[in-house]
Amino acid sequence: MAVALILVLVAVGSVAFHLWSPWWSTPIASNWGYIDDTINLTFWITGFVFVVILLFMAYCVLRFRTRPGNRAHYEPENKRLEWWLTGITAIGVAAMLAPGLVVWNQFITVPRDATEIEVVGQQWRWSYRLPGQDGRLGRSDVRHVSAENPLGVDPTDPQGQDDIILDGEDLRLPIDRPVRVLLRGIDVLHNFYVPEFRAKMDMIPGSITYFWFTPTRTGTFEALCAELCGVGHAAMRGRVVVQTQAEYQAWLVGQRTFAELGAAARRAQASAPPPERDRYEEASR
Amino acid sequence: MSEIVPGADHPIPHDHADDVELYHPHSWITKYVFSQDAKVIGIQYSLTAMAIGLVALVLSWLMRLQLGFPSTFSFIDPPSYYQFITMHGMIMVVYLLTALFLGGFGNYLIPLMVGARDMVFPYANMLSYWIYLLAVLVLVASFFAPGGPTGAGWTLYPPQAILSGTPGGQGWGIILMLVSLALFIIGFTMGGLNYVVTVLQARTRGMTLMRMPLTVWGIFTATVMALLAFPALFVGAVMMLFDRLLGTSFFMPALVEMGQQLRYGGGSPILFQHLFWFFGHPEVYIVALPAFGIVSDLISTHARRNIFGYRMMVWAIVGIGALSFIVWAHHMYVSGMHPWFGFFFATTTLIIAVPTAIKVYNWLLTLWRGDIHLTVPMLFTLAFIVTFLNGGLTGLFLGNVVVDVPLSDTMFVVAHFHMVMGVAPIMVIFGGIYHWYPKVTGRMMNDAMGKIHFWVTFLGAYLIFFPMHYLGLLGVPRRYHEIGPTSFVPDSAETLNAFISVVALVVGAAQMLFLFNLAWSLRRGREAGPNPWNATTLEWQTPQTPPGHGNWGKETPPVYRWAYAYGVPGAARDFIPQNEPPATAAGDGGSG
Ligand code: HEM
Ligand SMILES: [Cu+2]
Ligand SMILES: [Cu+2]
Repeated sequence: MAVALILVLVAVGSVAFHLWSPWWSTPIASNWGYIDDTINLTFWITGFVFVVILLFMAYCVLRFRTRPGNRAHYEPENKRLEWWLTGITAIGVAAMLAPGLVVWNQFITVPRDATEIEVVGQQWRWSYRLPGQDGRLGRSDVRHVSAENPLGVDPTDPQGQDDIILDGEDLRLPIDRPVRVLLRGIDVLHNFYVPEFRAKMDMIPGSITYFWFTPTRTGTFEALCAELCGVGHAAMRGRVVVQTQAEYQAWLVGQRTFAELGAAARRAQASAPPPERDRYEEASR
Repeated sequence: MSEIVPGADHPIPHDHADDVELYHPHSWITKYVFSQDAKVIGIQYSLTAMAIGLVALVLSWLMRLQLGFPSTFSFIDPPSYYQFITMHGMIMVVYLLTALFLGGFGNYLIPLMVGARDMVFPYANMLSYWIYLLAVLVLVASFFAPGGPTGAGWTLYPPQAILSGTPGGQGWGIILMLVSLALFIIGFTMGGLNYVVTVLQARTRGMTLMRMPLTVWGIFTATVMALLAFPALFVGAVMMLFDRLLGTSFFMPALVEMGQQLRYGGGSPILFQHLFWFFGHPEVYIVALPAFGIVSDLISTHARRNIFGYRMMVWAIVGIGALSFIVWAHHMYVSGMHPWFGFFFATTTLIIAVPTAIKVYNWLLTLWRGDIHLTVPMLFTLAFIVTFLNGGLTGLFLGNVVVDVPLSDTMFVVAHFHMVMGVAPIMVIFGGIYHWYPKVTGRMMNDAMGKIHFWVTFLGAYLIFFPMHYLGLLGVPRRYHEIGPTSFVPDSAETLNAFISVVALVVGAAQMLFLFNLAWSLRRGREAGPNPWNATTLEWQTPQTPPGHGNWGKETPPVYRWAYAYGVPGAARDFIPQNEPPATAAGDGGSG
């Protein structure tokens, strides 16, 4: 009796918690409402299964609890029942998988008109690069990384000269414009994650990864690192400011390009470039 | 109909099995310390695994203290938090669960359940345990090494794992961890080959594969999987050791660390992730399949009913085992691998849900129209079904690639895998221990203590991990020693975290009661007799309890039927042991 009751309570309590607890997804601020829909659909299907099975279990415990003289029913198999259950399960699974795959297809199909921007992760901060007048980002390589070129932009690539470098600043994005976020790590794995945008992807040193989304709400959003990257992982925060088109354009004109920054830096420390030290050489010395 | 159709009792020609050549111990040392008896080795494995598991439990308290009451405990700083999660996760998954299910339950139960006298290679079996112990000691040593243990997360992803920004990355921590894993795998392989060969070659007369108890099927399949999966981790560990010590670049691209160009170049961090998860996903099932098997036997015994759909259950175990080798990259949906992989791995992953669901249905259908005894093992079985079901269903979220995108690397994942591969298998371990303790020691465990232990552990674990999903849904990432003030996490989440931590402490404390019960019942427990649960399988039919060296008398027992002859109509009792000759099991309606 008690056991059956507690099983029912677990089922009812879980549903109640789901419906009435104050903890739920943060309000969305991107076009990925489809992802939320798929999550909700999955909640409905799995929640239904969970409750039905728990109630059935509770029923069994109550109804078939041992009684004197009672014996279990001997029935090794029931092929029909087993196939029915298999079939129904397969349908339920397909009902979740199919929309999931459709939305995944959207998630990996970047619209033609998406603006490319770059997020660079390093222990333990974020930097950003926006394409300049030409609308394209220049090449980059970790081998170019240095104090005056923190993102390793290729100084010989003309397309990179007008890129806008945001180092230690917030990322700004215009509302309702799809962006393709290129992700680059220069030391270890990181993951650029803004809960309100729903999208995320790891950055891998040595490769460039991406995701895309369209901001649909203005405001300031917090970016976190979602891939363990060392002791500063939890402190690796950033901010994304989504603005109206006009505000964004006004801000953009004030930004300095890679060429300007580089010239300034070169003037500042005309001599003594920081030596590139090799840890292993140093250790063996 | 084929011979597996339950109820079909085939008379077995009574020939004399060759007396297996057994190693006979000559001294106390060779009997109890350097023992070659699988039963002793099983107990050694279990005790060692529980001891190191206690370390992992204490670490979980420390982590929960930090998460529930951030910046209250000055001795938990970010580096030590990372060391705690890493050691906790690795110990729980590998050194506790894998060792306990395969090394512990496997060693003790396989020979007894298939009617063998011992494992086929007793000497290698002994070595297996001692190498495992060495692996544990190396792991423990890393707590005392300069710089402490590694804090790379149990996934040990490079480049971070071997760089200075991670605790133990440039110190001893990561080296000892990798060496310990390599040792574990070597030791496991010796035991694993034993389990496989024993199941295939040393079954007693009449014990066809399709008459084996599901426990044996589960452990057997898991062992085969482990033999195929662990080598991937082994090579990954060796390659990472080379990267760390010899300066190779298997997993290391050109990179700049803290403004310094390192001399690595050309390697692939993703390669390690593939190797890791090619091991890591099957590992989930290496832990789950023995649990499935054991649960099937517990449920059938304590519900006094034949397991429902035995053949389906066997095929589901084998099918899940095979499928689980082609789903590994569902752990890498947001790793930056080629996005098209998402379609493939989401599909395979969700397909696994079908055989898994079948198992759940069949357990429930075993309860249905049963004669349910709510013993402590049965209670743990019910708790297993609840938690496994819960964790399995949230697996459908994370397996469905696009749903995983917002949830991956959040507390939702932590909640999910704790439910499905933390709590659920632990429930089975407890259930199994309460169930087989009488065979191992000859005495029953105390029932009242068992029930208190059960309720606190089950309800507590559910209260810890169920609400945790919703923290993940909010967007709280995993592996954060504190989330701090954010724009999107309401303050009420702090209260929830504190609540979870308090419950975790209580659940941990309840385990002390379990340990006490283990020790107390050794002397004070009620005498169990040979077969206290009226079970059918062979381990309950041994001439002595606890079983003696060589397990059986002059002959190994002949087997006449499947392991689930419970409640057979017309039979004298509500169970017929596997080795009871058909004549004495009067009129048990076996039609064939
Ligand atoms: C009462 C029992 C337990 C509690 C309170 C607990 C608590 C925790 C906590 C707080 C974390 C760190 C979460 C984070 O910050 O990311 C964690 C991680 C983990 N736990 Fe447990 N745990 C328990 C039992 C188990 C069991 C039985 C397993 C066995 C599978 C397990 C496996 C893991 C793993 C694999 C990790 C991930 C480590 C990582 O992120 O590298 N835990 N646990
Ligand atoms: Cu990070
Ligand atoms: Cu997996």
